[in-house]
Amino acid sequence: MSRDRTTLAAPSGAAQFRDVATAHQPFRTGRLILWVVIAIVAIDFGWIVANNENFGWPVVAQYFFDPTVIQGLYVSLGLTVVGMILGVIIGLIIAIMRMSGDRLASGFASLFIWFFRGTPLLVQLIFWYNMSTLFPQLSISIPFGPTLASWDTNSVITPMTAAIVGLALNEAAYMAEIIRGGLLSVDRGQAETAEAFGMTKARALWRIIIPQAMRSIVPPTGNQLISMIKATSLVSVIAMADLLYSVQSIYNRTFEIIPMLLVAVLWYLLITSILNLGQSYIEAYYGRSDRRSGGNTKVEAATAEANH
Amino acid sequence: MNPAIDATPLVQARNVHKSFEHLEVLKGIDLDVMPGEVVVILGPSGSGKSTFLRCINHLEAIQKGYIEVDGEQIGYRLKKDRLEKLSDNRIAKQRRKIGMVFQQFNLYPHMTVLQNIIEAPVGVHGHSRRQAVESAMQLLERVSLSEKAGSYPRQLSGGQQQRVAIARALAIQPKLMLFDEPTSALDPELVGEVLATMKDLAKQGLTMIVVTHEISFAREAADRVIFMDGGVIVEQGKPEDVIGNPQHPRTQAFLSRFL
Repeated sequence: MSRDRTTLAAPSGAAQFRDVATAHQPFRTGRLILWVVIAIVAIDFGWIVANNENFGWPVVAQYFFDPTVIQGLYVSLGLTVVGMILGVIIGLIIAIMRMSGDRLASGFASLFIWFFRGTPLLVQLIFWYNMSTLFPQLSISIPFGPTLASWDTNSVITPMTAAIVGLALNEAAYMAEIIRGGLLSVDRGQAETAEAFGMTKARALWRIIIPQAMRSIVPPTGNQLISMIKATSLVSVIAMADLLYSVQSIYNRTFEIIPMLLVAVLWYLLITSILNLGQSYIEAYYGRSDRRSGGNTKVEAATAEANH
Repeated sequence: MNPAIDATPLVQARNVHKSFEHLEVLKGIDLDVMPGEVVVILGPSGSGKSTFLRCINHLEAIQKGYIEVDGEQIGYRLKKDRLEKLSDNRIAKQRRKIGMVFQQFNLYPHMTVLQNIIEAPVGVHGHSRRQAVESAMQLLERVSLSEKAGSYPRQLSGGQQQRVAIARALAIQPKLMLFDEPTSALDPELVGEVLATMKDLAKQGLTMIVVTHEISFAREAADRVIFMDGGVIVEQGKPEDVIGNPQHPRTQAFLSRFL
């Protein structure tokens, strides 16, 4: 036995040097080279951006808070928020229909998803905007019966409503699939348990299934939200004065194309950065039951939480 | 512990048949369970014992026969001499007096232990939150887990999770408790604590139907032992008879593996 120990220890020295706590990181040449290359490229790029007058940084600064730009920013943000909220609500309904045992409901949901995912958003927007050529009158009536109320399509479908409807329905198709995936990711036993305890399907969905599905729904939804902000720039084609449309209207006058586009780029980046931050907070919230620590959490805290 | 002789049965199953696709899992089960009775169902895997348990609260629909719990036919109602399927929400109402404990515990992982227990009393039975929290804490004390009220299920051992699941089922003050292999997913050293909790409940006169592989539990806590195989009840009677002196060869073969 003692002989075994010496032969094991011999190649790498005495035992007191073998404690991994004393280990140090040796110098790695490859990593240094990589760092130098990346640093040179980054600094060079920064130098070019800062020193090329064509970027027009003074113009960027001058127009960054221009009322027209800020107005456009509000429109973009508003469209994103409204489009996303409607998209999530309609998406949830479509997802539940798609998963239901009812063939007609799931067939309709599949058709909805197929159509709105299968055609470009730009085409959908232009289509909604030109609704009046297809249906000059919009009316509420009993099917195949008398008309109750009627409107001129052009007065209902403004650029604003066309943009909202287009963005929301397109978003709903994507959200439906994301939500469906999330609902399917929850252990089947959870729905069964809720059922066994006498919960209605709606309550089981709301209290048990959706909160657990959120963990796999939130990350792709964050992606969708960021896509949505950028997708709002498409509404400039139907004369909706969003952020892109606003900077375009300015550079059409001043011909400062690049600086004005930079204004838009910086705003888009700023918003998406804030959203990323928000997303990580939401993910942490829905992952709270996963943390193993806190096993000694006070009973009072739990009672307080339950009392909300 | 002993059921009253002349009481009406709490559970009545008559000629229950159940098939999955073309596989017939239950081939005519007849069973009466008296109030306060503890019935343990033994049997090899695939004998249909878990399926039968799940039919009692209509987690599985049966294809022939009927099951009655507390005087109500589960999943159906008679309307002018014609049997009508109940809506999902009506069935949900019928399930409110039946508690269930699952093999995989199935605690709600996004809720704390306390929230798990009060979810059904508050959300389904309409108890006040204060009252639900109060009785939840008493139940936790009964399963010796008071200090875990604020923990999430993932932070508990399997045995602790199953005891919480039992407390959660008790919180709805069930007339009938169904246990679906409650110790099968547990490490051997954690089985004892769960069985002890269940024996406690049996002594307090709760009507229980327990599907399990724990012969010792059947011997000590059961009023009646049912042995199922191949979708039928092969043998039943007092534990000392069925376990101590089995008559049917299939029962003998099954039990010989545990001796």
